[in-house]
Amino acid sequence: MRHLIDILELSVEEIDELVAVANDIIANPEKYQEKCRHKKLATLFFEPSTRTRLSFEAAMYELGGNVLGFSEAQSSSSAKGESVADTIKVVSSYADIIAMRHPKEGAPMVASMKSDVPVINAGDGGHNHPTQTLTDLLTINREIGHFDNITIGFCGDLKFGRTVHSLASALSRYENVKMIFISPEELRIPEHILKETLEPAGIEYVETTDLMQYMGELDVLYMTRVQKERFFNEADYIRLKDSYILDLEKVHCMKEDACVLHPLPRVNEIAIEVDEDPRAKYFIQAKCGKYIRMALILKLLEIK
Amino acid sequence: MIIGNITNGIVLDHIQAGKGMEIYEVLKLSELSCTVAMINNADSVKMGKKDIVKINEVIDLDLDILGYIAPTTTVNIIKDGKVEHRKRLQLPERVVDVITCKNPRCITSVERGLKQSFKLTNREKGTYRCIYCESEAK
Repeated sequence: MRHLIDILELSVEEIDELVAVANDIIANPEKYQEKCRHKKLATLFFEPSTRTRLSFEAAMYELGGNVLGFSEAQSSSSAKGESVADTIKVVSSYADIIAMRHPKEGAPMVASMKSDVPVINAGDGGHNHPTQTLTDLLTINREIGHFDNITIGFCGDLKFGRTVHSLASALSRYENVKMIFISPEELRIPEHILKETLEPAGIEYVETTDLMQYMGELDVLYMTRVQKERFFNEADYIRLKDSYILDLEKVHCMKEDACVLHPLPRVNEIAIEVDEDPRAKYFIQAKCGKYIRMALILKLLEIK
Repeated sequence: MIIGNITNGIVLDHIQAGKGMEIYEVLKLSELSCTVAMINNADSVKMGKKDIVKINEVIDLDLDILGYIAPTTTVNIIKDGKVEHRKRLQLPERVVDVITCKNPRCITSVERGLKQSFKLTNREKGTYRCIYCESEAK
Protein backbone atom coordinates (compact mmCIF):
# COMPACT_ATOMS: atom_id res chain seq x y z
CA MET A 1 0.00 0.00 0.00
CA ARG A 2 1.34 3.42 -1.01
CA HIS A 3 0.59 6.86 0.43
CA LEU A 4 1.53 10.25 -0.98
CA ILE A 5 2.86 12.58 1.70
CA ASP A 6 5.78 14.26 -0.06
CA ILE A 7 6.17 14.70 -3.83
CA LEU A 8 9.69 13.22 -3.66
CA GLU A 9 8.17 9.85 -2.74
CA LEU A 10 7.23 9.59 -6.41
CA SER A 11 10.03 8.76 -8.82
CA VAL A 12 10.44 10.76 -12.01
CA GLU A 13 9.12 7.71 -13.89
CA GLU A 14 6.02 7.56 -11.67
CA ILE A 15 5.35 11.26 -12.25
CA ASP A 16 5.68 10.71 -16.01
CA GLU A 17 3.23 7.82 -15.71
CA LEU A 18 0.71 9.93 -13.73
CA VAL A 19 0.97 12.76 -16.25
CA ALA A 20 0.43 10.28 -19.10
CA VAL A 21 -2.66 8.80 -17.40
CA ALA A 22 -4.05 12.31 -16.72
CA ASN A 23 -3.55 13.24 -20.36
CA ASP A 24 -5.33 10.04 -21.39
CA ILE A 25 -8.21 10.85 -19.02
CA ILE A 26 -8.53 14.31 -20.65
CA ALA A 27 -8.55 12.71 -24.10
CA ASN A 28 -10.80 9.74 -23.25
CA PRO A 29 -12.88 10.53 -20.15
CA GLU A 30 -15.46 7.81 -20.89
CA LYS A 31 -12.82 5.09 -20.40
CA TYR A 32 -12.48 6.07 -16.76
CA GLN A 33 -16.02 6.85 -15.61
CA GLU A 34 -16.63 3.50 -13.91
CA LYS A 35 -13.09 2.74 -12.69
CA CYS A 36 -13.81 3.51 -9.03
CA ARG A 37 -17.35 2.19 -8.83
CA HIS A 38 -18.19 1.22 -5.21
CA LYS A 39 -15.01 2.91 -3.92
CA LYS A 40 -15.15 5.69 -1.35
CA LEU A 41 -12.84 8.66 -0.92
CA ALA A 42 -12.80 10.36 2.49
CA THR A 43 -11.90 14.05 2.29
CA LEU A 44 -10.74 15.10 5.75
CA PHE A 45 -10.21 18.85 5.62
CA PHE A 46 -9.22 20.23 9.01
CA GLU A 47 -8.49 23.56 7.31
CA PRO A 48 -10.64 25.43 4.74
CA SER A 49 -10.04 24.79 1.06
CA THR A 50 -12.12 25.22 -2.07
CA ARG A 51 -10.09 24.04 -5.00
CA THR A 52 -8.26 21.13 -3.48
CA ARG A 53 -11.28 19.61 -1.76
CA LEU A 54 -13.65 20.13 -4.67
CA SER A 55 -11.13 18.84 -7.18
CA PHE A 56 -10.60 15.68 -5.11
CA GLU A 57 -14.35 15.21 -4.85
CA ALA A 58 -14.92 15.92 -8.55
CA ALA A 59 -12.08 13.52 -9.40
CA MET A 60 -13.66 10.69 -7.40
CA TYR A 61 -17.14 11.33 -8.81
CA GLU A 62 -15.78 11.35 -12.36
CA LEU A 63 -14.22 7.96 -11.67
CA GLY A 64 -17.64 6.65 -10.63
CA GLY A 65 -16.80 6.56 -6.92
CA ASN A 66 -18.32 8.18 -3.85
CA VAL A 67 -17.11 10.77 -1.37
CA LEU A 68 -17.56 11.30 2.35
CA GLY A 69 -15.85 13.64 4.78
CA PHE A 70 -15.83 17.08 6.32
CA SER A 71 -14.60 20.49 5.24
CA GLU A 72 -13.59 22.13 8.51
CA ALA A 73 -12.16 20.97 11.81
CA GLN A 74 -15.18 22.30 13.70
CA SER A 75 -17.42 19.69 12.09
CA SER A 76 -15.07 16.81 12.99
CA SER A 77 -14.23 15.11 16.25
CA SER A 78 -10.94 16.99 16.39
CA ALA A 79 -13.04 19.87 17.78
CA LYS A 80 -13.66 17.54 20.74
CA GLY A 81 -9.95 16.93 21.11
CA GLU A 82 -9.61 13.70 19.12
CA SER A 83 -6.08 12.94 17.92
CA VAL A 84 -5.21 12.57 14.24
CA ALA A 85 -4.24 8.95 14.90
CA ASP A 86 -7.66 8.08 16.33
CA THR A 87 -9.57 9.91 13.59
CA ILE A 88 -7.65 8.04 10.92
CA LYS A 89 -8.06 4.63 12.50
CA VAL A 90 -11.81 5.15 12.41
CA VAL A 91 -12.06 6.73 8.96
CA SER A 92 -9.83 4.13 7.34
CA SER A 93 -12.40 1.53 8.30
CA TYR A 94 -15.08 3.43 6.32
CA ALA A 95 -13.22 4.61 3.21
CA ASP A 96 -10.94 3.07 0.57
CA ILE A 97 -8.67 6.10 0.30
CA ILE A 98 -8.20 9.32 2.27
CA ALA A 99 -7.30 12.87 1.21
CA MET A 100 -6.34 14.95 4.22
CA ARG A 101 -5.57 18.63 4.79
CA HIS A 102 -4.42 19.74 8.21
CA PRO A 103 -2.97 22.99 9.57
CA LYS A 104 -0.28 21.12 11.50
CA GLU A 105 2.81 20.16 9.55
CA GLY A 106 3.37 16.43 9.44
CA ALA A 107 -0.23 15.52 10.31
CA PRO A 108 -0.78 13.54 7.08
CA MET A 109 2.42 11.61 7.80
CA VAL A 110 1.05 10.65 11.21
CA ALA A 111 -2.18 9.65 9.46
CA SER A 112 -0.29 7.44 6.99
CA MET A 113 1.43 5.65 9.87
CA LYS A 114 -1.93 4.71 11.36
CA SER A 115 -4.10 4.17 8.29
CA ASP A 116 -5.20 0.89 6.74
CA VAL A 117 -5.87 2.64 3.42
CA PRO A 118 -3.81 5.01 1.24
CA VAL A 119 -3.49 8.57 2.57
CA ILE A 120 -2.93 11.56 0.28
CA ASN A 121 -1.51 14.74 1.78
CA ALA A 122 -3.81 17.52 0.56
CA GLY A 123 -1.70 20.18 2.29
CA ASP A 124 -0.14 20.34 5.76
CA GLY A 125 0.42 23.86 7.06
CA GLY A 126 3.25 25.59 5.25
CA HIS A 127 4.98 22.27 4.61
CA ASN A 128 3.97 20.07 1.66
CA HIS A 129 1.23 20.00 -0.93
CA PRO A 130 2.16 17.20 -3.34
CA THR A 131 -1.08 17.08 -5.34
CA GLN A 132 -0.74 20.80 -6.12
CA THR A 133 2.74 19.98 -7.41
CA LEU A 134 1.36 17.20 -9.58
CA THR A 135 -1.21 19.72 -10.85
CA ASP A 136 1.55 22.21 -11.62
CA LEU A 137 3.60 19.55 -13.38
CA LEU A 138 0.66 18.43 -15.53
CA THR A 139 0.02 22.07 -16.50
CA ILE A 140 3.68 22.64 -17.39
CA ASN A 141 3.66 19.40 -19.38
CA ARG A 142 0.58 20.46 -21.33
CA GLU A 143 1.62 24.09 -21.84
CA ILE A 144 5.40 23.85 -22.28
CA GLY A 145 5.68 20.20 -23.30
CA HIS A 146 8.67 19.24 -21.13
CA PHE A 147 10.23 19.65 -17.69
CA ASP A 148 13.87 19.76 -18.79
CA ASN A 149 15.53 22.95 -20.05
CA ILE A 150 13.11 25.43 -18.51
CA THR A 151 13.58 28.65 -16.58
CA ILE A 152 10.97 29.06 -13.90
CA GLY A 153 10.41 32.08 -11.68
CA PHE A 154 8.75 31.70 -8.30
CA CYS A 155 7.32 34.95 -6.97
CA GLY A 156 5.71 36.05 -3.69
CA ASP A 157 5.73 34.19 -0.41
CA LEU A 158 8.50 31.68 -0.89
CA LYS A 159 9.00 31.13 2.83
CA PHE A 160 5.61 29.72 3.78
CA GLY A 161 4.50 28.83 0.24
CA ARG A 162 4.40 25.06 0.41
CA THR A 163 3.53 24.78 -3.28
CA VAL A 164 6.80 26.50 -4.13
CA HIS A 165 8.85 24.18 -1.92
CA SER A 166 7.26 21.08 -3.42
CA LEU A 167 7.45 22.24 -7.05
CA ALA A 168 11.06 23.38 -6.74
CA SER A 169 11.98 20.02 -5.18
CA ALA A 170 10.15 18.09 -7.90
CA LEU A 171 11.75 20.08 -10.73
CA SER A 172 15.22 19.70 -9.20
CA ARG A 173 15.28 16.16 -10.58
CA TYR A 174 15.15 17.31 -14.20
CA GLU A 175 17.98 18.44 -16.47
CA ASN A 176 19.01 22.04 -16.99
CA VAL A 177 16.27 23.68 -14.94
CA LYS A 178 17.00 27.24 -13.86
CA MET A 179 15.08 28.74 -10.94
CA ILE A 180 14.59 32.41 -10.12
CA PHE A 181 13.27 33.08 -6.61
CA ILE A 182 11.60 36.49 -6.37
CA SER A 183 10.47 37.55 -2.91
CA PRO A 184 10.77 40.22 -0.24
CA GLU A 185 13.70 39.62 2.14
CA GLU A 186 11.36 38.40 4.89
CA LEU A 187 9.75 35.75 2.70
CA ARG A 188 12.82 34.23 1.04
CA ILE A 189 12.86 30.55 0.19
CA PRO A 190 14.12 28.51 3.18
CA GLU A 191 17.85 27.96 3.06
CA HIS A 192 17.53 24.22 3.56
CA ILE A 193 15.69 23.87 0.25
CA LEU A 194 18.52 25.65 -1.51
CA LYS A 195 21.35 23.90 0.34
CA GLU A 196 19.95 20.42 0.83
CA THR A 197 17.78 19.94 -2.27
CA LEU A 198 18.71 22.29 -5.12
CA GLU A 199 22.47 22.57 -4.71
CA PRO A 200 23.13 18.81 -4.41
CA ALA A 201 21.02 18.38 -7.55
CA GLY A 202 23.18 20.92 -9.37
CA ILE A 203 20.29 23.33 -9.97
CA GLU A 204 21.24 26.84 -11.06
CA TYR A 205 19.25 29.40 -9.09
CA VAL A 206 19.10 33.11 -8.34
CA GLU A 207 17.41 34.97 -5.50
CA THR A 208 16.18 38.49 -6.19
CA THR A 209 13.69 41.03 -4.87
CA ASP A 210 13.06 42.42 -8.38
CA LEU A 211 10.19 40.82 -10.29
CA MET A 212 11.21 42.40 -13.60
CA GLN A 213 14.90 41.54 -13.57
CA TYR A 214 14.55 38.13 -15.23
CA MET A 215 11.04 38.48 -16.70
CA GLY A 216 12.15 38.10 -20.33
CA GLU A 217 13.96 34.82 -19.60
CA LEU A 218 11.12 32.95 -17.95
CA ASP A 219 9.28 30.01 -19.49
CA VAL A 220 7.06 29.76 -16.40
CA LEU A 221 6.21 32.41 -13.81
CA TYR A 222 4.74 30.81 -10.70
CA MET A 223 2.96 33.50 -8.67
CA THR A 224 1.89 32.90 -5.07
CA ARG A 225 -0.29 34.64 -2.55
CA VAL A 226 1.07 35.99 0.72
CA GLN A 227 -0.97 33.77 3.03
CA LYS A 228 -2.53 35.55 5.98
CA GLU A 229 -3.06 32.27 7.84
CA ARG A 230 0.70 31.60 8.00
CA PHE A 231 1.49 34.80 9.95
CA PHE A 232 1.39 35.04 13.72
CA ASN A 233 1.67 38.83 13.46
CA GLU A 234 -0.97 40.65 11.39
CA ALA A 235 1.20 43.75 10.99
CA ASP A 236 3.81 41.69 9.13
CA TYR A 237 1.11 40.31 6.85
CA ILE A 238 -0.24 43.77 5.99
CA ARG A 239 3.25 45.08 5.30
CA LEU A 240 4.11 42.25 2.91
CA LYS A 241 0.84 41.26 1.26
CA ASP A 242 1.11 43.54 -1.78
CA SER A 243 4.84 43.14 -2.38
CA TYR A 244 4.35 42.00 -5.97
CA ILE A 245 1.46 42.68 -8.32
CA LEU A 246 1.60 41.20 -11.79
CA ASP A 247 -0.22 43.40 -14.28
CA LEU A 248 -0.57 43.30 -18.04
CA GLU A 249 2.32 45.67 -18.63
CA LYS A 250 4.66 43.29 -16.81
CA VAL A 251 3.23 40.23 -18.57
CA HIS A 252 3.96 41.88 -21.92
CA CYS A 253 7.66 41.70 -21.04
CA MET A 254 7.46 37.91 -20.95
CA LYS A 255 8.18 35.58 -23.85
CA GLU A 256 5.19 34.97 -26.14
CA ASP A 257 5.06 31.28 -25.28
CA ALA A 258 5.69 31.66 -21.53
CA CYS A 259 2.96 30.83 -19.04
CA VAL A 260 1.81 32.33 -15.76
CA LEU A 261 0.72 29.85 -13.11
CA HIS A 262 -0.81 30.39 -9.67
CA PRO A 263 -2.05 27.73 -7.26
CA LEU A 264 -5.03 30.01 -6.43
CA PRO A 265 -6.81 31.56 -4.67
CA ARG A 266 -5.29 34.88 -5.69
CA VAL A 267 -5.93 38.13 -3.89
CA ASN A 268 -4.12 41.12 -5.41
CA GLU A 269 -0.98 39.55 -6.80
CA ILE A 270 -2.32 39.07 -10.34
CA ALA A 271 -4.43 41.88 -11.80
CA ILE A 272 -7.73 40.74 -13.28
CA GLU A 273 -6.69 42.22 -16.65
CA VAL A 274 -4.02 39.50 -16.96
CA ASP A 275 -6.70 36.80 -17.17
CA GLU A 276 -7.34 37.59 -20.84
CA ASP A 277 -3.67 37.27 -21.83
CA PRO A 278 -2.90 33.93 -23.52
CA ARG A 279 0.00 33.43 -21.09
CA ALA A 280 -2.41 33.30 -18.13
CA LYS A 281 -2.87 29.58 -17.48
CA TYR A 282 -3.98 29.48 -13.85
CA PHE A 283 -7.57 28.54 -14.56
CA ILE A 284 -6.42 25.77 -16.89
CA GLN A 285 -4.07 24.76 -14.06
CA ALA A 286 -7.03 24.49 -11.66
CA LYS A 287 -8.77 22.21 -14.15
CA CYS A 288 -5.65 20.06 -14.49
CA GLY A 289 -5.90 19.50 -10.74
CA LYS A 290 -8.94 17.32 -11.15
CA TYR A 291 -7.38 15.13 -13.84
CA ILE A 292 -4.08 14.53 -12.08
CA ARG A 293 -5.95 13.65 -8.88
CA MET A 294 -8.00 11.14 -10.86
CA ALA A 295 -4.75 9.60 -12.07
CA LEU A 296 -3.35 9.57 -8.53
CA ILE A 297 -6.45 7.95 -7.00
CA LEU A 298 -6.25 5.19 -9.64
CA LYS A 299 -2.56 4.65 -8.92
CA LEU A 300 -2.93 4.45 -5.14
CA LEU A 301 -5.97 2.19 -5.40
CA GLU A 302 -3.95 0.08 -7.88
CA ILE A 303 -6.70 0.27 -10.46
CA LYS A 304 -5.48 -0.08 -14.06
CA MET B 1 42.63 12.60 41.93
CA ILE B 2 42.83 8.83 41.46
CA ILE B 3 39.95 6.72 40.26
CA GLY B 4 40.88 3.07 39.97
CA ASN B 5 40.82 0.94 36.86
CA ILE B 6 37.87 -1.33 36.29
CA THR B 7 38.09 -5.04 35.56
CA ASN B 8 34.84 -5.60 33.71
CA GLY B 9 32.80 -2.70 32.50
CA ILE B 10 32.65 0.25 30.13
CA VAL B 11 34.74 3.39 29.85
CA LEU B 12 33.29 6.25 27.86
CA ASP B 13 36.33 8.31 26.96
CA HIS B 14 36.96 11.48 24.94
CA ILE B 15 33.61 12.97 25.88
CA GLN B 16 33.51 16.67 25.02
CA ALA B 17 34.11 18.55 28.30
CA GLY B 18 30.79 19.49 29.88
CA LYS B 19 28.77 16.73 28.19
CA GLY B 20 29.43 14.06 30.80
CA MET B 21 26.50 14.90 33.06
CA GLU B 22 24.14 15.04 30.11
CA ILE B 23 25.22 11.54 29.12
CA TYR B 24 24.84 10.40 32.72
CA GLU B 25 21.26 11.62 32.72
CA VAL B 26 20.19 10.53 29.24
CA LEU B 27 21.62 7.03 29.69
CA LYS B 28 19.92 6.90 33.12
CA LEU B 29 23.15 5.80 34.79
CA SER B 30 21.76 6.84 38.18
CA GLU B 31 19.44 3.84 37.98
CA LEU B 32 22.35 1.35 37.90
CA SER B 33 23.31 -0.50 41.07
CA CYS B 34 26.98 -0.83 40.09
CA THR B 35 29.71 1.74 40.69
CA VAL B 36 29.69 4.63 38.21
CA ALA B 37 32.44 7.26 38.14
CA MET B 38 32.06 10.62 36.47
CA ILE B 39 35.25 12.54 35.71
CA ASN B 40 34.86 16.10 34.49
CA ASN B 41 37.54 18.27 32.89
CA ALA B 42 40.26 15.63 32.75
CA ASP B 43 43.40 16.72 30.90
CA SER B 44 43.57 15.47 27.34
CA VAL B 45 46.39 15.80 24.80
CA LYS B 46 43.95 15.71 21.89
CA MET B 47 41.06 17.68 23.34
CA GLY B 48 42.56 19.92 26.01
CA LYS B 49 39.83 18.96 28.49
CA LYS B 50 37.51 15.99 28.34
CA ASP B 51 34.96 14.13 30.42
CA ILE B 52 35.15 10.41 31.17
CA VAL B 53 32.48 8.05 32.50
CA LYS B 54 33.42 4.68 33.99
CA ILE B 55 30.76 2.05 34.55
CA ASN B 56 31.79 -0.97 36.60
CA GLU B 57 29.60 -3.38 34.66
CA VAL B 58 28.95 -4.19 30.99
CA ILE B 59 25.50 -2.84 30.18
CA ASP B 60 23.51 -2.23 27.00
CA LEU B 61 24.12 1.33 25.87
CA ASP B 62 22.04 3.32 23.45
CA LEU B 63 24.90 4.23 21.13
CA ASP B 64 22.59 6.30 18.91
CA ILE B 65 21.76 8.72 21.70
CA LEU B 66 25.38 8.77 22.78
CA GLY B 67 26.51 9.45 19.21
CA TYR B 68 24.08 12.32 18.92
CA ILE B 69 24.95 14.00 22.23
CA ALA B 70 28.68 13.41 22.20
CA PRO B 71 29.96 12.10 18.86
CA THR B 72 33.62 12.37 19.90
CA THR B 73 33.12 9.68 22.57
CA THR B 74 35.01 6.41 22.34
CA VAL B 75 33.35 3.43 23.95
CA ASN B 76 35.79 0.96 25.53
CA ILE B 77 34.48 -2.39 26.65
CA ILE B 78 36.76 -3.69 29.42
CA LYS B 79 37.06 -7.39 30.11
CA ASP B 80 39.49 -8.90 32.64
CA GLY B 81 41.14 -5.51 32.99
CA LYS B 82 41.88 -5.16 29.27
CA VAL B 83 40.18 -3.26 26.46
CA GLU B 84 38.32 -6.01 24.65
CA HIS B 85 36.58 -3.73 22.17
CA ARG B 86 36.85 -0.07 21.24
CA LYS B 87 34.21 1.72 19.26
CA ARG B 88 34.24 5.23 17.84
CA LEU B 89 30.81 6.77 17.53
CA GLN B 90 29.24 8.58 14.65
CA LEU B 91 26.09 10.61 14.30
CA PRO B 92 23.11 8.26 14.16
CA GLU B 93 20.68 8.34 11.22
CA ARG B 94 17.72 8.72 13.59
CA VAL B 95 17.23 9.96 17.12
CA VAL B 96 13.98 9.29 18.92
CA ASP B 97 12.68 11.18 21.96
CA VAL B 98 15.93 13.04 22.53
CA ILE B 99 15.28 16.32 20.70
CA THR B 100 11.96 18.17 20.88
CA CYS B 101 10.63 19.91 17.77
CA LYS B 102 10.41 23.66 18.38
CA ASN B 103 8.15 24.41 15.40
CA PRO B 104 4.77 25.50 16.83
CA ARG B 105 3.13 24.42 13.56
CA CYS B 106 4.42 20.84 13.87
CA ILE B 107 1.96 18.03 14.58
CA THR B 108 4.17 16.93 17.48
CA SER B 109 3.10 20.09 19.33
CA VAL B 110 -0.47 18.79 19.68
CA GLU B 111 -0.71 15.06 18.92
CA ARG B 112 -0.73 12.87 22.00
CA GLY B 113 1.54 9.83 22.20
CA LEU B 114 3.67 10.80 19.23
CA LYS B 115 7.40 10.12 19.55
CA GLN B 116 9.74 13.01 18.73
CA SER B 117 11.78 11.64 15.86
CA PHE B 118 14.60 13.38 13.99
CA LYS B 119 16.62 12.25 10.97
CA LEU B 120 20.16 13.19 9.99
CA THR B 121 19.97 15.24 6.78
CA ASN B 122 23.52 16.58 6.57
CA ARG B 123 26.27 14.52 8.17
CA GLU B 124 29.01 17.09 7.59
CA LYS B 125 27.11 19.82 9.36
CA GLY B 126 25.38 17.44 11.80
CA THR B 127 21.96 18.73 10.77
CA TYR B 128 18.92 16.91 12.10
CA ARG B 129 15.35 17.54 10.95
CA CYS B 130 12.03 16.56 12.43
CA ILE B 131 10.62 13.67 10.36
CA TYR B 132 7.15 15.24 10.47
CA CYS B 133 7.65 18.94 9.65
CA GLU B 134 11.32 18.88 8.55
CA SER B 135 12.24 21.75 10.88
CA GLU B 136 15.89 21.81 11.84
CA ALA B 137 16.73 20.69 15.37
CA LYS B 138 17.74 23.64 17.51
